[in-house]
Amino acid sequence: MALGAAVTGASFGAISVGTGMPWWMPVLMSLLIFAGGSQFMAVGIVAAGGSPAAAVVAGLVLNARHLPFGLAIGDVLGRSPLARVVGSHLLIDESTAFAMAQKDPARARAAYWACGVALFFSWNTGVLLGALAGQAIGDPMTFGLDAAFPAAMLALTLPALKDAATRNAALTGAAIALVATPFLPAGMPVLLALFGLLVFKKKEEPCPSPQS
Amino acid sequence: MPVTAVLILAAGTFAIRIAGPLLRDRVTLPDKVRDLISASATVLLFALVAVSALTNGKSFGGWALAAGVAVGGLAAWRKLPFVAVIVLAAATTAGLRLLGLA
Repeated sequence: MALGAAVTGASFGAISVGTGMPWWMPVLMSLLIFAGGSQFMAVGIVAAGGSPAAAVVAGLVLNARHLPFGLAIGDVLGRSPLARVVGSHLLIDESTAFAMAQKDPARARAAYWACGVALFFSWNTGVLLGALAGQAIGDPMTFGLDAAFPAAMLALTLPALKDAATRNAALTGAAIALVATPFLPAGMPVLLALFGLLVFKKKEEPCPSPQS
Repeated sequence: MPVTAVLILAAGTFAIRIAGPLLRDRVTLPDKVRDLISASATVLLFALVAVSALTNGKSFGGWALAAGVAVGGLAAWRKLPFVAVIVLAAATTAGLRLLGLA
């Protein structure tokens, strides 16, 4: 899993530099933001000519999912202020999932920290190497780097699209964004896609059936 | 990407993250809200995929770009490794452009 994070990070670094950023920009983003999806999102919006404000808003909405994660794991971080501050920065999908998989609190804590720290280092190392390698690549258009970006994000999104309710909302949102694109400044159509959530209806499942 | 934007996004993200452990004793999120938050992440990402795969920010982005992303998506769906997804997408688009397709 750490290897996977490093590879994704390297892609992020290389593609970001390919959009014309200095090498240290994706590195700075990864160290301070440490949330891959929102980093791809922000760079993608700005690369498409969108405003940094739209990029920040989209990134924050994307990272709002960390709030329920934090409510769910809570004391796993430890109760001291330092543990909470450092531990919160390591709050990502993977470290949460690892901690939730453990029943014993001590083991949950160990799993959380081990996963968080390992991914922090592998992700950031990957981004640094990718950014440096990206400098060697020339014009992004000739190398099809403009296709690499949406493809990377599609790969990140695909697992969540298995859920029918989420898929319907995502398809509706994408249609709204596409229709709005010729008329609005870049970045805005993506935010407008959130209206796709109006069709979001989760099916009530009283008890999960074993064959599903 | 201005550094200020990176700092604001970083600060906001950290605030969201630390809010959970701090407010845990006082706040409970209804399941509905939780589902909505998680779906909104997917909706945003997928919309950006659609816009950046099919447009250049204003009008249709060309068949080479769309085909590259489609090949990448197919590779991801077939569970190919992440690097393969990216390389296949970029190579398809670059190859089609080399053949003269816009």
